[in-house]
Amino acid sequence: MTAHTSDIVLVLAVFLACAVEMVEALTIVVAVGSTRGWRPAMQGVGLALGALTVLVAVFGPALTKVPIDVLRFVVGSVLLIFGLQWLRKAVLRSSGFKAKHDEDAIFAETVAELGALDRSTSGDRQAMVMSFKGVFLEGLEVVIAVLTLGASSHRLPLAAATAAVALVLVAVVGAIVARQLSMVPENAMKMSVGLMLVSYGTFWTGEGLKVHWPGADLMLVGLVAIYGLGVLALVQVLKGQHRNLVEVGS
Amino acid sequence: MSSNAPAEPLVLRWLKAFGAFWWDFFVGDTPEIFLGTVALLVVVTLASVVGHLHQLGAALLCIGVLGVLALSVAKAARATKG
Repeated sequence: MTAHTSDIVLVLAVFLACAVEMVEALTIVVAVGSTRGWRPAMQGVGLALGALTVLVAVFGPALTKVPIDVLRFVVGSVLLIFGLQWLRKAVLRSSGFKAKHDEDAIFAETVAELGALDRSTSGDRQAMVMSFKGVFLEGLEVVIAVLTLGASSHRLPLAAATAAVALVLVAVVGAIVARQLSMVPENAMKMSVGLMLVSYGTFWTGEGLKVHWPGADLMLVGLVAIYGLGVLALVQVLKGQHRNLVEVGS
Repeated sequence: MSSNAPAEPLVLRWLKAFGAFWWDFFVGDTPEIFLGTVALLVVVTLASVVGHLHQLGAALLCIGVLGVLALSVAKAARATKG
């Protein structure tokens, strides 16, 4: 596989992972901003971005010092577990066994929580903490994706730049559409990211364990296709089971 | 529990919270994914690194990943039905 193809897969995976997590974080920030004012909301965002930047600055260079086979095995294992969790949720949502991620519901829930806070300085502090937690926890998943994917493919600057572009883009789009975040096809995006994380995870773990991939690096694209077909089959089987369940229940 | 029991040292509380965070991140409510992946990696290591069956290792890895995913979604679907 040419460097271009692997770069495209890397950019796609990081961009989608970053965008989908930032949509979730933005929902909370917009809820805090529109309910308690933008000052505590932006203070929380600033603190969270600062903390995430420190994590990247500390762990990014450290990861490049680890021997490549060890790094690929460890990173691959992390990506496999992480990606399988994403894929599981996306499959269950697509088949009806789990409710779709509802940004409107999260927005309403956050607004209700904020409404219960008093109108004092401590209330503002709690609003800031809510904004911080939303951005930090969602951002942490992005940091893990950027560091693991970027470091193991020796493309950390490209991965970080892609994440930064996605962050800015989501922030700009979010500022324009504000309350229409629920229109983002989040489940489809999560499914794509899960597929790419699991494919990268399989590939790097295999490299770390010295397996022979047919077609060498090109197998990464093959893995996306194999897992894509597997996931489609799983969704179809589960959809049938869910339909039967609904019919029996009604 | 007595209310005047000595409080845990800050470092211990921080370590517990740190451990709980990563436990939740990797294991959480899907222990079958964590355990299934670990078991799969042990099998692939035995095949590829110990047994030098490198192509079998590749096939086992792909099939095993799909198997772990199928197992986990089947478990969740069963729990919903129950």
